[in-house]
Amino acid sequence: MKITRTIKYESDRVKGFCDEIMRIPGCDQLQACIQCGTCSGICPLSIYMDYTPRRVIALVRSDFKNEVLRSHTVWLCASCYACTVECPRQIRITDIMYGLKQRAIKEGIYPRNFPIPVLAKEFSKMVLRKGRITETLLVMRLFLKANWRAVLGSWRLGFGLMRTGRFVLRSERIERQSELRSMLTGKNGGNGGIPKEKS
Amino acid sequence: MNYSYFPGCSLKGLGRAYEESLIPVMRHLGVEMTELPDWNCCGATAYMSVDERQASILAARNLAIAEKAGGQDLLTPCSACYLVLNKTKHYLRETPAMRAEVQQALSRAHLDYSGNTKVRHPLDVLVNDVGLDAIREKVVRPLTGLKVAPYYGCQLVRPYSTFDDAWNPTSMDRLMTTLGAEVVHYPLKTKCCGASLTGTVPEAGLRLTYILLLEAVRRKADVISTVCPLCQFNLDAYHGQIERRWGKVRVATVYFTQLMGLAFGMSPRELGLNRNFIPMAPLPPLHAQPSESSTP
Repeated sequence: MKITRTIKYESDRVKGFCDEIMRIPGCDQLQACIQCGTCSGICPLSIYMDYTPRRVIALVRSDFKNEVLRSHTVWLCASCYACTVECPRQIRITDIMYGLKQRAIKEGIYPRNFPIPVLAKEFSKMVLRKGRITETLLVMRLFLKANWRAVLGSWRLGFGLMRTGRFVLRSERIERQSELRSMLTGKNGGNGGIPKEKS
Repeated sequence: MNYSYFPGCSLKGLGRAYEESLIPVMRHLGVEMTELPDWNCCGATAYMSVDERQASILAARNLAIAEKAGGQDLLTPCSACYLVLNKTKHYLRETPAMRAEVQQALSRAHLDYSGNTKVRHPLDVLVNDVGLDAIREKVVRPLTGLKVAPYYGCQLVRPYSTFDDAWNPTSMDRLMTTLGAEVVHYPLKTKCCGASLTGTVPEAGLRLTYILLLEAVRRKADVISTVCPLCQFNLDAYHGQIERRWGKVRVATVYFTQLMGLAFGMSPRELGLNRNFIPMAPLPPLHAQPSESSTP
């Protein structure tokens, strides 16, 4: 039997994490939270979260960095902004979730094998390469990376998209792609360090 | 009336029926839309999760191109694009340091960002610029007897909308009444559809979609009217998986512009209605409609 400790120790805290998050725009109101739980109540996805949004705020305030960044919560946030609109202290909770997602990706400690951060990364790579998203190609890349079995499970959906003329395989691309890439990566020319895609 | 037009990636892909119906409906009402030259992806919710500086540059490039093209209001049919472009404007106004970084990146392409371009949704333009009276004049095929559930989704009305209420928006309700349709009371009108979670975490995402469909069926809606390509996709394309999990909740979901086109006498095919997984039942011929209302 595997046993786990159910309370947090002082030594689990990563001092300075809360200050770091509060410097991200939109996250500065974090300390105003009164822990009322309105966000968790209105959130349509809180029932699936390992920590509810209210608990995420409490954990961030107490510097429990690893717990927050490893949680599924921030990735389950679908950015519907219900919490942001409802919060009685006008805390931009959705923006805090974004701040945490960025931090998790930057530090590479998001939950593995969870398809949402993989989607976010594949999405950004496609934008860097093409300037636009071709949804069907993005979804196929996601399936290949995260869960190839899902390709087999989704054949009906793919067939339906073909039938209705919505299955687009021709990749959308902007004309001044290299210009956009140099804006984003801050580098001139080249491909901004992005691995070249086989065509 | 002239507007810049930012279609967004979805309207060229999964949501192409939205563009197919938006363009003729706007033209019919005398609204000129000029597609933004060489626009790029707005970044949507996904890019914001990866890098905030790059996400801001992506959105600001489009706004800067719109300024260069004449500074007309930027028409943005996709809710995610609408939110991201508006959010970036707020964000760059509040954060001078980020604004300077974005400006520096834009200057590589001799672009300039002033933040003055207004980002507008077609629903806003139709109800507030064109006006319901002008729309009513064009209705040749009233949608009498059609029960419509007006579904706004989340990102159009929260939190940056300037034209409707975040809790109980009514502009589409009023538009549908103008077309002659019957609007059913739909309290879930601003609940989340599940967004991309329908594909990534179906257990959670599809349930949200199912709840929306179930409520529309309970309220005896003939059709759900939507303003967003992702909402339309979720509510339309996943019926198979939803049925296998929770049972049948069959109701068609179409774009509000498709319903407008039908009321203007355009053919379903011309409006992209053939692209639905769950087809909308054809409108009954005009003469076959019950006439009790005219002879009490």
